[in-house]
Amino acid sequence: MDNLGIIFKRELLSYFATPLAYIFIVIFLIANGIFTFDLGGLYARGQADLLPFFSFHPWLYLFMVPAIGMSLWADERKTGTIELLLTLPVRLAHVVVAKFLAAWALTGIALVLTFPVWLTVNYLGDPDNGVILAAYIGSWFMAGGFLSIASCMSACTKNSVIAFILTVSICFLFVIMGSPILLEAFPEWFPQFLVDAFSAMGFLTHFDSIAKGVLDIRDFLFFTVFIAAWLTASAIVIEIKKAN
Amino acid sequence: MIEIRNLSKKFDQFTAVDDLSFEIGEGEVLGFLGPNGAGKSTTMKVITGFLSASAGSVTIDGHDISSDPIKAKALMGYLPEGAPSYGDMSTLEFLRFIGRIRGYRGEELEQRVAHVIQEVALQSVANQTIETLSKGFKRRVGLAQAIIHDPKVLVLDEPTDGLDPNQKHHVRELIKNLAQDKIVIISTHILEEVTAVCSRAIIISEGKIVADGTPADLESQSKYHQAVSVRLTEAYDLEADLSSLTDVSGVERDEENDLVFRILAKDGKSIFTQVSEIAQAKHWPITEFHVSRGQLEDVFRTATQQTGGAE
Repeated sequence: MDNLGIIFKRELLSYFATPLAYIFIVIFLIANGIFTFDLGGLYARGQADLLPFFSFHPWLYLFMVPAIGMSLWADERKTGTIELLLTLPVRLAHVVVAKFLAAWALTGIALVLTFPVWLTVNYLGDPDNGVILAAYIGSWFMAGGFLSIASCMSACTKNSVIAFILTVSICFLFVIMGSPILLEAFPEWFPQFLVDAFSAMGFLTHFDSIAKGVLDIRDFLFFTVFIAAWLTASAIVIEIKKAN
Repeated sequence: MIEIRNLSKKFDQFTAVDDLSFEIGEGEVLGFLGPNGAGKSTTMKVITGFLSASAGSVTIDGHDISSDPIKAKALMGYLPEGAPSYGDMSTLEFLRFIGRIRGYRGEELEQRVAHVIQEVALQSVANQTIETLSKGFKRRVGLAQAIIHDPKVLVLDEPTDGLDPNQKHHVRELIKNLAQDKIVIISTHILEEVTAVCSRAIIISEGKIVADGTPADLESQSKYHQAVSVRLTEAYDLEADLSSLTDVSGVERDEENDLVFRILAKDGKSIFTQVSEIAQAKHWPITEFHVSRGQLEDVFRTATQQTGGAE
């Protein structure tokens, strides 16, 4: 477990060793501002909550999170450092988790830095801060979901651009899975439980209620299991593909 | 001790390593030779636990690399081909990172790092980011991370590739110094390196061992072993004079120089005295005269071409 912490720290610091982390955070904050205040009309709604802020997060993450996650493994393979890393006395599972956690921490830092939005609604009104905290945590878990897909896709290729495109495509699928447009496309005769199962895999299904402040442990559980499954898949892919 | 038993590694249909078995004891410096694509790097990747074997086993001091990988890996230091390292870190940060993973903390960590920096002469670039370093320095950083924990087994994949002659000499000296109580495995295609540092050489071709012995042993398998090399000042028919010697198997003219000849000995017998007597008696127009120990290159070519492994 010691090694997990050491690798986590190295990975997190490496984001800040290059401009990557700073660019990510700045773009994330600017995009959040535009979405929340211009498109979301936070002021015009006249309500002291952060619903417009959170409801854009799935779409923001769709492009921002793959940008962080694309190089998780692709770069290790490209530069050959994967050989160095995996011949050290460390467990593959620990490395996979440590790298994921470092990238997840970066999204967490970016999320925390959106606090001026929270200050704004608190200055203007009297929002339910418990709901906002729950929504922040929910948003962070969703980012983790996106990131776990990125981890697996990044393990599939040496080319981080390909990893990015693959990740965006798969993430998009999971975002829209629960949306009405897609659900209505199922024919009448299709068994309802399958439609429900399909919809239950969608990010929006789980995140919409979190964003509205409905704190259901099952939604968090969904993202936790989702992350665990994709990280397991990452480890399997790395094991299979590390030879080439 | 390293024990390799019936090791095979297949990639789909292609067999990179084919039923290798050998043992390496303490104090041995093993040179791993072979043409490109012979399976050298693959074998090293399996020994160090990066790739898993398709069949067979690798045991490092009693720890099986597939069933007990953490303990086995802890005993090894590995310099992968091309000496990869994290370019965004400084030399110092990188070595501290490796040191921490190897289990060192605090004062001991700093000592270890300072020691390897000294040992491979990295003082001048300790605070520089690795991606800005020259090839030679990068290679030395790779070497430093491999020896930071004073490993029992050191596996080096082409450690001197891309270094200038001074750096090569330095790395070889380092390996020789390290080797006394360790096992060192070096893969290389530079044959002079084998004679310079190795106590044993294994030549592999198409994943199989085609020769195994001390560099001197291998050299003696060369047809040039004990051959007498002469350089003449003018054309002269050596063969006519030598026909009386039964231990001489033939005379070969050098491909590049018409006046250089190699007189080959039969079955490694010493022909020096006999040939020199004839040369004196017949007044050969000689400017150079010496005995060849045999050429590793020649053994390498013969061994690897028999199996069709060379280009």
